[in-house]
Amino acid sequence: MEQKTPSKNNWLMTIWRTIRVPLLAILSALLVGAVILLVSGADPLKAYAALFKGAFGNANYLKRTLEKTTPLIFAGLSVTFAFKAGLFNIGAQGQLLMGAITAGFLGFAIKGLPPVLHIVLALLGGCAAGAFYGLIPGLLRSYSGAHEVITTIMLNYIAINLTDYLADGPWKDRSGTNVIARLPLIEDSARIPFFGPVPVGFIIAILIAFIIWYMLERTNFGFEINSVGLNSHASRYAGMKTKLLMTSALVVAGLLAGFGGSVETLGVVGRFQPGFNAGLGFDGITVALLGRSNPFGVILSSLLLGAMKGGANVMQFDAKVPHEIIDVIQSMMLFFVTADLVIRKLFRIIKDTGGEVTLTAGWGQK
Amino acid sequence: MTVGVMNNGKIRRRPAWASPLIFGVIVIAVAVFSFMKNPSVTEAVMSAMIRFAVPLMLGALCGIYCERAGIVNIGIEGQMLLSAFTAYMTNVWTGNLILALLAGALTGALLGYFLAVISIKLKLNQIIGGTVINILAIGITGFFYQVGMTTKGKFGPIRLGPLAKIPLVGPVLFNNPPITYIAFLMVIISHIIFFHTRWGLRTRAVGEHPRAADTLGIDVFKTRYLNTIIGGALAGLAGAFLTLEGVGTFERNMTNGRGFIALAVMIFGKWNPIGSALAALLFGLANALQTQLQFMGINIPHQFIGMIPYALTIVVVSGFIGRSRPPAAEGTPYEKE
Repeated sequence: MEQKTPSKNNWLMTIWRTIRVPLLAILSALLVGAVILLVSGADPLKAYAALFKGAFGNANYLKRTLEKTTPLIFAGLSVTFAFKAGLFNIGAQGQLLMGAITAGFLGFAIKGLPPVLHIVLALLGGCAAGAFYGLIPGLLRSYSGAHEVITTIMLNYIAINLTDYLADGPWKDRSGTNVIARLPLIEDSARIPFFGPVPVGFIIAILIAFIIWYMLERTNFGFEINSVGLNSHASRYAGMKTKLLMTSALVVAGLLAGFGGSVETLGVVGRFQPGFNAGLGFDGITVALLGRSNPFGVILSSLLLGAMKGGANVMQFDAKVPHEIIDVIQSMMLFFVTADLVIRKLFRIIKDTGGEVTLTAGWGQK
Repeated sequence: MTVGVMNNGKIRRRPAWASPLIFGVIVIAVAVFSFMKNPSVTEAVMSAMIRFAVPLMLGALCGIYCERAGIVNIGIEGQMLLSAFTAYMTNVWTGNLILALLAGALTGALLGYFLAVISIKLKLNQIIGGTVINILAIGITGFFYQVGMTTKGKFGPIRLGPLAKIPLVGPVLFNNPPITYIAFLMVIISHIIFFHTRWGLRTRAVGEHPRAADTLGIDVFKTRYLNTIIGGALAGLAGAFLTLEGVGTFERNMTNGRGFIALAVMIFGKWNPIGSALAALLFGLANALQTQLQFMGINIPHQFIGMIPYALTIVVVSGFIGRSRPPAAEGTPYEKE
């Protein structure tokens, strides 16, 4: 009950109240993971220790963790931005794929450009492809009423099929040794470099998170997006162009996801290869909700999930634990952070303030 | 928003299965024609169509039960995957196919119950609930699956006596393994349930306007729980089909998006069992034809065939051709007054 007495360090209290539910959700998810590990006869402490070692143990491990974190930040920001406008972007996966393949294509098809210019061009192409892929559900939602959850799910699978086709057809790597469906390696001039163990893509991601935060909290556009998300009817009566705002929210969301896909292609994988980024769109949902739909929260939660993904291989090798346990823990984190009711009951937190996430309802609503 | 046209102040309703039915008639005409020219190929294509369509039909039925009662279920994929796994494991351990089938259905039903608790009791966002199921299923199946397990076999076809002797129709429809028959039966039974029984009427009422239903004494929560659980069991059958009839073994992430195609099939079939079944058969046929054309040297990239269900779904939800409209109260938790 101490929480109710007003204290001088009020902002610390606010931060604590915002992060305690995600923290407890993470803890609960790890506990569920530990139980499953125990049941399967593995030692949870050993497994988690190996996971931690694999994520941060040395410079190489750290590098891989940051590589895994980077696209998660973008996907999380994409989902977050749509959430703010009251839209559920299940389509980050498809937008990311479209961005990744466009960047991969520009990365190998254009030759003889100076490095920085080539990177910028490929990134722009990837962003544009992602933005276009966000524009479709945006327009459909605003002007025909088709719910974005349905259309983005369908667009995801169209993107999977389309990129598979391109990678196995017209844009396939035709070099003699290659038999699988993938694009050729990108030119060296299109590769995003490293800063010691820190990928430059990661730094870009942090910068973008700042920009998105600024946009949402300090600009008119951001204000209008937030207001549409809180109450689109009221916003329309206040004179806002709600349809245009919803469309542009999905365009920005698509752009961010496309950006993430491009950064992954240009900075990590070095080419487009189908299946390499499967599931990232859903990871984006987890990351956005764990981060309480706050760009800085997204960075932190991406680091967490990125560390889990980065350390999974070492865990599998050292502790002989299949890396899929990460998916189980992730799904539980998603469950507990959304089911804050459960968390609050378990840990007897009476009232929760700050960082509430407004979510859209199902596709029956307009 | 209604499906139909105004005519002298009366709304003349076009049934939801009308447009898929037109497709169906065309398909049958083409099939009969090609059967006269080349019986064995036609039979093969038609059988492949059925094999592809059955899990989609069952998955779409799962969606219909949940969504008609007002629960959005995007976790069909996960329900199918985990059920496929438990059915497979039961088959590995016991060698009893009936037990394996029941294990699959039970797993689906349990996940349906999980989704129901998430959406009814905890009042969580149902789309996140479905996402949790999907990620969880990938994690659990991947974690517990080990390569190199073997089973004693899978369901074989059961000939339905003289019916199986009818040319074309017999081998395609009446010489199938059991889950295929169950799927077709469930489509018909579900259609009768939804449109000709009190339970169905109540379910639809709960999905469209729960408050009104509640006022009339219908137990909204019970209706939603039961329908979501039944739906889950059907998705479980779809999963069991994959490991016990279709492929015969388990592979990591073997559903491969079928749960989402089922969702597309459901929407394309306008939340109607027969409409969805016809849609599933249509997509099944497209796939079967693509494979057949490949044998004949005509190569349409399979990815383009793969896109059809999704593209058509976007078209129908956008109302470009005959709008497909979801139940009105879908996705919103019900609060009793």
